[in-house]
Amino acid sequence: MGPHHPSTHGVFRMIVTLDGETIVKLKPVFGYLHRNHEKIGENTTYLASMPYTDRLDYLCSMTNNWAYALAVEKLAGQPVPERAEYVRVILAELTRLLNHTCLAGFLMQDLGCSGTPLMYAFREREKILDLFESLSGSRMMCNYQRFGGCRLDPTADWLAAAKQLTDGYGRFLDEFETLLTGNEIIMARTQGTGRLSPELAVNAGITGPMLRATGVNYDLRKVDAYGIYSRFDFRVPLGDHGDVYDRYMIRVLEMRESIKILQQAFAAIPAGPIIDPGAKLRGFRPKAGEAYGRIEGPKGEIGFYLISDGTPNPYRYRVRAPSFVNLTVLEDMCLGQTVADAVIILGSVDIVLGEVDR
Amino acid sequence: MSVVVVATSASEWTALRVVDSLALVATATDRFLECAPVMLRDAVTGLLPDPWRWIANGLFAIVAIFAVFGLLFAFLTLAERKILGRVQNRPGPNRAPTPTFPFAKFLGKIRTYGLAQPFADGVKALTKEDIVPDGADKVLHFLAPVALLAFATLTLVVIPFGRNLVALQLDAAVLYFFAAGAATELAVFMAGWASRNKYSLLAAMRALAQLISYELPLLLSWVPVVMIAGSLSTVAIVEAQAGWKFGFIPHWHVLTPWGFAGFVIFMVAALAESNRSPFDLPEAESELIAGHLTEYSGFKYAFFFMAEYFGMCALSGMAVTLFLGGWRAPLPFLEFIPSYAWFGAKLLALILGFMWIRATFPRLRIDQLTRFSWKFLVPLALINLGNTVVWALMSGGSPALALARWPVCAAIIVVPFVWLGRAQSASYAPRTYRYAA
Repeated sequence: MGPHHPSTHGVFRMIVTLDGETIVKLKPVFGYLHRNHEKIGENTTYLASMPYTDRLDYLCSMTNNWAYALAVEKLAGQPVPERAEYVRVILAELTRLLNHTCLAGFLMQDLGCSGTPLMYAFREREKILDLFESLSGSRMMCNYQRFGGCRLDPTADWLAAAKQLTDGYGRFLDEFETLLTGNEIIMARTQGTGRLSPELAVNAGITGPMLRATGVNYDLRKVDAYGIYSRFDFRVPLGDHGDVYDRYMIRVLEMRESIKILQQAFAAIPAGPIIDPGAKLRGFRPKAGEAYGRIEGPKGEIGFYLISDGTPNPYRYRVRAPSFVNLTVLEDMCLGQTVADAVIILGSVDIVLGEVDR
Repeated sequence: MSVVVVATSASEWTALRVVDSLALVATATDRFLECAPVMLRDAVTGLLPDPWRWIANGLFAIVAIFAVFGLLFAFLTLAERKILGRVQNRPGPNRAPTPTFPFAKFLGKIRTYGLAQPFADGVKALTKEDIVPDGADKVLHFLAPVALLAFATLTLVVIPFGRNLVALQLDAAVLYFFAAGAATELAVFMAGWASRNKYSLLAAMRALAQLISYELPLLLSWVPVVMIAGSLSTVAIVEAQAGWKFGFIPHWHVLTPWGFAGFVIFMVAALAESNRSPFDLPEAESELIAGHLTEYSGFKYAFFFMAEYFGMCALSGMAVTLFLGGWRAPLPFLEFIPSYAWFGAKLLALILGFMWIRATFPRLRIDQLTRFSWKFLVPLALINLGNTVVWALMSGGSPALALARWPVCAAIIVVPFVWLGRAQSASYAPRTYRYAA
């Protein structure tokens, strides 16, 4: 199947060996979107890599920016002002809403809904993208975070609009779930499909909602408590079966937790500088050393590993892409299932080929 | 010579009117609108000499079916896209312009709200390149859409679209209908096989599996109707549903326990037979690209589309005939509306249901699809058959027995429905989720 197959979420190819409609062998082939991302990162300055991170996972540019900024901040020992931390949390959680909503829509499209859930998901996505656009000037390629803070200060109007969106999001989720969660066909199709055992998930390095759907309690927002996440009150939903339905439900429940985080953040955001006055952006030369910055992206652990040799360019620039790592267990999940299942299993992994192929 | 022809036609004409009004004297709906289609036909074919008239009448029926259902198909595609659009929070097609001519520039400025879309689609389909894959079986590849459309059209022949509006009055019309309808799946298999494409082939095999599974409940679901009506003729079945109880409850089959169950089973199986969502596995776009349609383009593709809508119209029309009282009005005082309008309204209501289901539901998997048929629909249809026997036996006795048959027959079908349904959904259930501390 692929690379032009309509439901491979980009240019992804699966060489599937079938017995009737049952999959006996599945070999993923990727790299069609390879563009030398890591090598480009080593040949440009630290700051110039920031817009490139937008292009990794083009649904979640804000979290990619943040993970990269976090790595560089660790490398340079750069502090971040309070307000910027709050704005980062707000944007990351908005990105989580955006990504999970889209994923649920795409998954339902793969299940054969003729576009209805997807269009509703996209309606909400548009609202969040409008917010991103009014803040950063770009809908998807935001290029918003900087080392030591953020590029622009959100206005009070923007914060009010974002709060309004957050307040209305619960209602959208209720509507979405009424249509889908209890649907007999969806339950029949997704429950027990594409099971992943917790042992295999941990051994393969799976992260994000896919790992938590297997019942492993691992959320970097709790484990690392990076940024100011320790100040927020939220729960981590866990699944027990590790199948497609659990992956869908974990994401829906995570969205509800994100709404709680957002509401707390809007209530507590302080005034102050958006970027550290001492932050140096141009002519930035961190001292020699190495740093690994990671955050809980919507798809899993997104991390950037940087080695500096004291020059304006990093010596080594490495991306730990959650889409790529999560895709490695695709064959294990698909064996013994049918072609129709392979499509929804791939859909439930939540990949973006820009990040897989880099 | 011409004078003579006119004269015979005129006498023939009055004779026909007399026969018509005699036959319908009980219902007394000999109004102009009611008889207009037949009068129009006779006005045209009446010009011909007698020996030619029957063939001309047949041709007239063919032309009428193609014209009505061709246009209906065109606007149903538009309606489907518009309705899907509205359900999905978007406007649907609304940009197709009217053609502009140098001498009548105002034509291009008329807002049509997308009403010109079917014609734009038709022109597009006609002007597109007709691609035949290199390794394809060229004859079969060509024949498949033609055969599909032919069989789909054949089924329309026996449906009574209104009072006296049936193209062919067969004694075994219902049998003929389902025989011709089953042949459409063969054409789908032909298309999938001839395309020489792995997705098409999978679609072809799925189509056959689906056909074998759903033909049985489809056939079993209408047998009770034939048992009660005592005839396989569609006209007689409509006749059996005439009249009103207490003056306002129509004698439609759907308003009895066995009829309602039969209607629901029929509609579910009809969804599967016409390859509509959620049973559109042969053309599952997220799995098989376009299934058996993958290698078709241009007007052959349009033929498939047309056949799908013809099939949908035919099955809905048959459902209307068998269960919903055919062309009969639901209430006595509404009889002034012509019968074909009632038939059309019921037909469109059912098709709207098809579209609504398509906009809402995801697709089943092939094993779930066949299991649903064999383990749920077929047993239910068989039980419904017995149920009908009980109904018929109890209706002969005292008034108390006639009243008692309602709860008894309802229980006979509802209990297995719940029981079989539980067994169907045993493997899945709504889940609750735990949270880490």
